[in-house]
This record gives sequence, C-alpha cells and structure tokens, in this order.
Amino acid sequence: MAVETLDSTTRPKVAPWNDPVVRGWVFQIVIVGLVGLLAWFLVTNTLENLARQKIASGYDYLSREAGFEIGDSMIPYSPASTYARAILVGMLNTLKVAVLGIVLSTILGTLIGIGRLSPNWLLSKICEWYVEAFRNVPLLLWLFLFYKLISEAFPGPRQAISLLGSLFLSNRGLYFPVPLADPIHHWMAVGLLVGVVAAFVVKRWAKRRQEATGLPFPTIRAAIALVIGVPLVVWLLGGAPHHMSWPELKGFNFQGGTVIQPEFTALLVGLVIYTSAFIAEIVRSGILALNKGQSEAAMALGLSRAQSMRLVLLPQAMRVIVPPMTSQYLNITKNSSLAIAIGYPDLVAAVNVTINQTGQAIENILIIMAAFLTVSLGISAFMNWYNKRIALRER
Amino acid sequence: MGRFLNAAAIGCVVLSVSGTAWAGKDLDTVKARGQLVCGTMEGTAGFARADSQGKWVGLDVDVCRAVAATIFGDSEKVKYVPLSAQQRFTALQSGEVDMLSNNTTATLTRDTVLGLDFGAVTYYDGQGFLVNKKLGVKSAKELEGATVCVAPGTTTELNLADYFRANKMTFKPVVIEKVDEVRAAFFSGRCDVYTNDSSSLYATRAANPPPPLTPEDFVVLPEIISKEPLAPAFRHGDNQFGDIVRWSQYAMVDAEENGITSKNVDEMLKTENPSIKRLLGVTPGMGKALGVDEKWAYNIIKQVGNYGESFERNVGMGSPLKIVRGLNALWKNGGLQYAEPIR
Ligand SMILES: N[C@@H](CCC(=O)N[C@@H](CS)C(=O)NCC(=O)O)C(=O)O
Repeated sequence: MAVETLDSTTRPKVAPWNDPVVRGWVFQIVIVGLVGLLAWFLVTNTLENLARQKIASGYDYLSREAGFEIGDSMIPYSPASTYARAILVGMLNTLKVAVLGIVLSTILGTLIGIGRLSPNWLLSKICEWYVEAFRNVPLLLWLFLFYKLISEAFPGPRQAISLLGSLFLSNRGLYFPVPLADPIHHWMAVGLLVGVVAAFVVKRWAKRRQEATGLPFPTIRAAIALVIGVPLVVWLLGGAPHHMSWPELKGFNFQGGTVIQPEFTALLVGLVIYTSAFIAEIVRSGILALNKGQSEAAMALGLSRAQSMRLVLLPQAMRVIVPPMTSQYLNITKNSSLAIAIGYPDLVAAVNVTINQTGQAIENILIIMAAFLTVSLGISAFMNWYNKRIALRER
Repeated sequence: MGRFLNAAAIGCVVLSVSGTAWAGKDLDTVKARGQLVCGTMEGTAGFARADSQGKWVGLDVDVCRAVAATIFGDSEKVKYVPLSAQQRFTALQSGEVDMLSNNTTATLTRDTVLGLDFGAVTYYDGQGFLVNKKLGVKSAKELEGATVCVAPGTTTELNLADYFRANKMTFKPVVIEKVDEVRAAFFSGRCDVYTNDSSSLYATRAANPPPPLTPEDFVVLPEIISKEPLAPAFRHGDNQFGDIVRWSQYAMVDAEENGITSKNVDEMLKTENPSIKRLLGVTPGMGKALGVDEKWAYNIIKQVGNYGESFERNVGMGSPLKIVRGLNALWKNGGLQYAEPIR
C-alpha cells in the first residue's frame, strides 16, 4: 500500500522525517493502530454490556432447533431442523433469486438497450418508455405492486385457472407437473455437462475453421442441439421413464407437482424489470460509445443489422458495458433483501427471525454481512476476470 | 477499501449496542429525558393504534400512560415508537425504547437469553385461527395442508409449527413482517388462515376487512393452541424501573378491586378505608418506597382509569371489539387478574 514515488536507486538521501516513504509508513501504522484501538474498545465495551444485560453471546445457537417453518426451500427443511440449516435455506433462496435475476435482467436489458437504438420509431419509443417508467419508481413499490397484482388478481385455489389440464394458476402460485425422482436424472445431469463441454469444443473448432477457410458454421444451433440433445439421448437410452407427479386439488391447496410461489415471482419480476431498465441504458451507451465507422464498416462488408450488432458492435461495446454491469449485478444481489417486504424467505428473513428468537443480533448480522460480502466479492472477481479477458489487446 | 468499509459496518452495529453503556441507569435516563419512550405496535384496534388525530389509544397504550403517570405525574409524557414483532427486542436491547407494551408474550427465553424482564400480565391471551366462513372449516384440526399467514419473530410462528407437528398435519406459511401486509395477504385470499393471539384476531376481524368484506365473513376457530400471557417488557438490570412498571399495572387492578374509578377517585380521597388511603397516597409511604410521588396511583387512576375501565373502553363492551373479560376478569369474579397487595 506504500506510495513509492521515487525509484530507490535514484532517491536522494534525506532525513527520515522528510522521507515520503518513511512518512507514509508511519502514518499508515498510526492509523491502523487507532482503528485497532477503537475496534478493541467497541468490542470489549459491547461484550461487557451484553454480559451486564445478560444477553447471550456466541454461535452455540446455530446447532439448536429452529422451531419455525419456511415456506419455500430448495433443500429438505422442517421446524425440527437447526438454525444453521434455516439460515442455509435462506441463503440458497437468496442465491436462487440473484442468479436468475442476473441472467434474466441481462438478457432483457440487452434487448431493450438494442431496441432503443432501432431505426423503428415505435420500437425505440416503447423501449424508451420502458426504461423511464421502470427505473424512476423505487423498486419496493414495484415489488408491492406485483405482489398485490398476483395475490389480488388471481382466483383462489378452488377456482384456479387450469391450462392444458395440468398447469394451475391461482393466488397460491403456478402449479405444474414434474417428473418423479428417478436415478436416470443423475445421468442426465452428467449428459448436460458433457453437452456443454462439447458445445465449447465445437465453438473453438468452428472459429478456427472460419479463420482458416472462411467457411461459416451454425455454431449456436449446434450448441443448442448438443446441450439439449445429449441429456435427451441419455434419457432415451435409459428407457425414457416418464412417471410424473401431477398437481391435484386436495383440501385447501394443490398437492403434488411443484409450485412457483407468488412471493418468489413478484420478487424476481420486480428485480428483473427494475434492473433491466438500468442495464438497457448501460448497453445503449456502450454501443453509442463506439465510433460510427464501426457500424458503417460492418454495413460496407454486407453484414445484416443483426450480424453487425452481434459480430462487430456488441463485442467491442462489451469493454464499456462490463464494468458498470458489475455494479448492477451487485445491486440485484443486495436488492434481493427487499424480499422481506413481500414475504419471500430469503437470507435476511431467516436471519431476522433467528435474531428475534435468540436475541443475538450482532452474531447474526455478522453472518448476513459475511454472506453478502462473499457473494459480492465473488461477482466482482468474476466480472474483473471477464473484463480482463475481453479487454483490448494491443497487437 | 472494502475491508475498511466492512470494519466500519461492524463498528456501527457494535456501537448501537455499546451505546447503552453511556446511557446510565434506565430510570435516570427516562427522568432526564422528561419522557417515556414506549415501544408499541404498528396498529391493532383496541390495543395500540393511532387515532385520526394521531393520538395513540388502546389497552397497551394505557400501560405506557400509567407508567408515565407514576414517573412524571403526567400520563401524556410518552413517545410511542411503533415496532414490528420482528424489530421489537433489538429496539429494546439497544436502548431505542425504554419498554415494550405491545402484546409481547412473557417466555423463558425472552426473560433469560434475550436479557429482558417482564412486568405483570396485562392481558391473558392464547393463540387462535381466523378463517373465512366460506371455507366451511369448523375446527383447527381440519387445517391439514392449509396456507397460513403469520408474522415473523413471534411466539405465534413457533406455536403454529408446534401445533401442526403435534397433530401430524402440514401447512405452508406465508411470513411477512409488516402486520398490515400480513392482514392484506390474508384478506386477499393468499392464505386460508391468519393466526395470531386471539385478542389480535378479534381486533383484525373487527377493524381490518377491506370492503366489501365484513367482520361477519370471518370466524375465529374454537381452538386456543397456546398460553400467551402478554406483559410489558424492559431491559434486565434496572430494578427500580422494573418495579415502577410492575406496580403501575398492579395499581390499576387494585383500583378496580377497590371500586376506585377515574370518576370517583377524588371522593375516594376522603374515605376511611385504610388500604384505599394507602393506595391513593393519603397515608404516605408507598410512593416513597417506589421512589416516586405519593400521588402516583391517584394520578394513574385519575388520568388513565382502573384496569376494568381501560379494558371496557378499549377492547370490551364499550368498543367495537366486544371482547368479554373471561380470563381477564378480576380473580373475585372468576378471572386471573390478581394484583399483589399495595402495602
Ligand atoms: N404475543 C406474540 C405475538 C405478538 C405480536 O406482536 N404479534 C404481532 C404480529 S402478528 C402483532 O399482532 N402485531 C400487530 C401490530 O403490530 O399492530 C409474541 O409475543 O410473540
């Protein structure tokens, strides 16, 4: 962290208190010392206060029974599970929303951003309105609106709207059939992985061949065929087991199948619509930042508008787009904690209940901070790596 | 830089708890401030709700007012801080409020590891279920597979899980922090059932169904699945403040036992009954023992009323809730309200 202003070999001899390097070090040590002292003071003082008020401390509670139910979980969970598991359930729910939110708002935002640049007046106006409408209203209001829309507009489960006789839409969410668990699913997952790897190999091969011979190859179609085809073949070879779990109205609710709940839908839709408005602007400005000569040159080569966007403009715009995109991805992750307002059981919800039951606010807030910090640093690291990879290489 | 921000953030959390170190004793802080800060609910008819003029009214509010009357001789010297069930204990622990009077159930965990203490029970309650009559449910035992709206950070949430486990039934919770949003989710049909303390269910049924729904569309199921002794809560540590909260509540019950009301309290000053003279401070001693003015109980009764008056006005027959005294009748009348003697 020291600021090396001069090359050590050429540095003239000066008294240590005049030496900027020495001074830099001294200041830094003093600051670190002061911060450390303050931290020590705060921590000991807090521990004393907690003890005086007889508030429990430590992380023992994590292994105790949580006692509360969670409405949406990707892993087996019951009120008899531990607090640690309840928090893990919340963490996975947060990740689920963040990952889907990032993927969907990137796709939607890119389309809208490109749409705004379209020569088609209507399309570009619609995209402009979209951006202005969605990014100028606070996200929380969107969440409330979507949640109210779903819970008020859809009928109860007994009057559910049935689509194709097996999908059911009601204010309890969207119920649909899923295949019953079967060992073949593991092999299909392996097949999927193989398909993805094969797609990458094909892509590299096609690129080399095109560079060498100029022959184009339908890479995207081939990739899709591989990613879907390999697992499909595995399934067929495994005897194509097709037992399904069907949703059925039993008592109050549908049983069987699986469900996408209103809280999750409202949160995801809200996050995607709100963030994609920002992403659209980032994409648009990234493309506008390019020299006009780029699109003219692409056109002169006879590329279609779509081709010039995909092959010439977007790849170059990426260099401008990626850094601000990182902060949008971080925003999605952090904004997902608004889940609490509409009852989606995310990390913050699970931790808040834990705080309330155990009284241990500090320990629990440290868990939230550590979790969000890890995810955020992960996103930043990935985006920085990607940014380096696409950075302009001087040749 | 990131690391530094992180450290700063931890510092802030820590600071909010260490803040109380400089605050000194709770009672001294309250006196120096000239105002009691009372943690209350977000808005439940009859118990704690701001009326159209923004004035807080309700059974829970009266407890805060009684404590302020004891400390300051003026029941209006209270600032109300609405808290969700989820926030309330952190707010109390960190010193944001001096006490809670918001339908908080006294439990062992809260009394011990949360570092709190409880006053006398202001309302004997139990958890129930509210359903739309259209569902045709007659008993909580028929709730297998139901979707249940519940607020997080409550005993309600835990009892609910216990009850379904004990009865080998399953349910889907919809858990929303703000009580208005929980109620809205229930009334919109997102949930089949709303569960809370039954007092709160009566209040919700009477005051909250959005038109065209009416209170008659809903029914509270007969099962009471838990004991919910609702009591004021305060931080462990300042016993004098705790004494004041507890005896302010007893004074209201004691006044009812002795037939003293806000209307007749001035006449009662002339009585020959020694226990009434002690309560009203005509015979001095009780105020000194508590460390407050000798007229403390007189002030409570004059300004707030006795327990029965407060009950009838806020949640009883004089209110839209029409809750019967039941467990909250005086012990003499077959209820559980029984004040320790003021002597
Ligand atoms: N007695 C229960 C629940 C009490 C409680 O605070 N319930 C909340 C959430 S359901 C409530 O009724 N709030 C109403 C309000 O804030 O107005 C407890 O202490 O955990």
